[in-house]
Amino acid sequence: MSRDLFIFSSGTIKRKENTIYLETNNGERKFFPVENIDSIHLFGEIELNTKALNFFAQKNIVIHIYNYYGYYSGSYLPREKNVSGELLVRQVQHYLDEEERMYLAYSFVEGALFHMQRNLREYENTNEFVIKISQELENAKNCKSIQELMGCEGRARDVYYNAFNLILKSKFFFEKREKRPPTNPINALISFGNSLIYSTVLSEIYKTQLNPTISYLHEPRERRFSLSLDLSEIFKPLIVDPIIFKLINNNMLKDEDFDQDVNYCYLTESGRKKFLKEFDSKMETTIKHRKLGRSVSYKFLIRLECYKLIKHLLKDEIYKPLKAWW
Amino acid sequence: MVDLLQNLRITGIKINYLFVCERKLWLFDRGIGMEETSEKVFLGKLLDEFSYPKEKKKKILIDNLICIDILNEEEIREVKYSDKLEEPNKMQILYYLYYLKKLGIRKKGILNYPKQKKREIVELTPEKEKLIEDAIKKIEEVVGRENPPPVEKKRYCKKCAYYEFCFIGE
Ligand code: SF4
Repeated sequence: MSRDLFIFSSGTIKRKENTIYLETNNGERKFFPVENIDSIHLFGEIELNTKALNFFAQKNIVIHIYNYYGYYSGSYLPREKNVSGELLVRQVQHYLDEEERMYLAYSFVEGALFHMQRNLREYENTNEFVIKISQELENAKNCKSIQELMGCEGRARDVYYNAFNLILKSKFFFEKREKRPPTNPINALISFGNSLIYSTVLSEIYKTQLNPTISYLHEPRERRFSLSLDLSEIFKPLIVDPIIFKLINNNMLKDEDFDQDVNYCYLTESGRKKFLKEFDSKMETTIKHRKLGRSVSYKFLIRLECYKLIKHLLKDEIYKPLKAWW
Repeated sequence: MVDLLQNLRITGIKINYLFVCERKLWLFDRGIGMEETSEKVFLGKLLDEFSYPKEKKKKILIDNLICIDILNEEEIREVKYSDKLEEPNKMQILYYLYYLKKLGIRKKGILNYPKQKKREIVELTPEKEKLIEDAIKKIEEVVGRENPPPVEKKRYCKKCAYYEFCFIGE
């Protein structure tokens, strides 16, 4: 099974014949097993030349780049190989048709809210929060516009984050969700985790014929691969949040894992490494799929979600968001 | 000539798929391919094959199941590692014979099963030509459908690159 590679060191990535290696600033060489790499995430300061980029393109390897603070800044996607004009047309059709768009947008919200509730149920005294989220889901069903739907989703998310202080047992206290810049450790963890999900979902979309710029819940106008934002909604609470709970509740994070000031809070390299270790092992964790009768990894669940969307667009089978059953 | 070859390559796969699974044919026709499939490898190699007829013999892998050796003068040869998909492979080789005949080239086809120590000669007869013509019509009908043909469970679905796609359910 192919893996994602996370690089923290700084240096130069070079190609030599059929191998790729990283030459770190202190002259060390690390070779990569390119045959088994899916995507490479660059956290360090890396120099790359076109020779290396061409090689990555040939091997169909996606490169995600993160800035100094560990946030997603962009991707290098090799020339699109999986193209289907027919699917693109249908993706657009579903965007333009209000009813079709609402159906998909609602489905993503449904998947997200389901997983939020699932997380809360793991902990005591969260029932009132679970009920409030159910009410928002009920409201979401009757929404007439995307804005209204976004409103329901936003309120449900506020309820969910409010419950975090019941779940998190430590000195880390969560006040409110702040994105730019995050101002406390929990926000820093959420933002970091969400960027990882975003880039991972993008890598999976890229392996299919879906066009990542045409989306339903988010506006395709957002200058991002907005379909990746759509699908990420389902996976953030499924994958990222349990990692945060684990890291905090097991006291795995120390002060030095954060770079903190009154105005901002970021994960330091040691903090990012701890997060990534959990993230990577989560993505490779497998569950027995009840429909397929096969073991699939969490990462592959993302691809399966893409397949389901394609099937919906092809009028093969109606899309229903993943709802973790295990 | 290039157009003809292009057509030959594409239709060869479609003929194969028609007999493997109409759904697979439809999806392939719409550009919904699976990462793991070897169609592209196949297409590229077959093009090489016809572009450089001087080369005596080359191997072409199809679907990871069969392998065609095209011998330039008398025959087209297919080496099959598995006789599981006998009919699709036979139809595919017949299609190549048919196509070559239209180009004024007469050959015969040979199917080899080294594992089973079998060898079968495939020749283009008027009845077989009729089969191919019917198959081409059927392909047009299948790919002309608006939506993909529904999943029909077959014994080899589990080995098909589309398995997850077809069987994921909701
Ligand atoms: S999995 Fe079965 S139904 Fe689906 S394309 Fe393959 S052979 Fe056809």
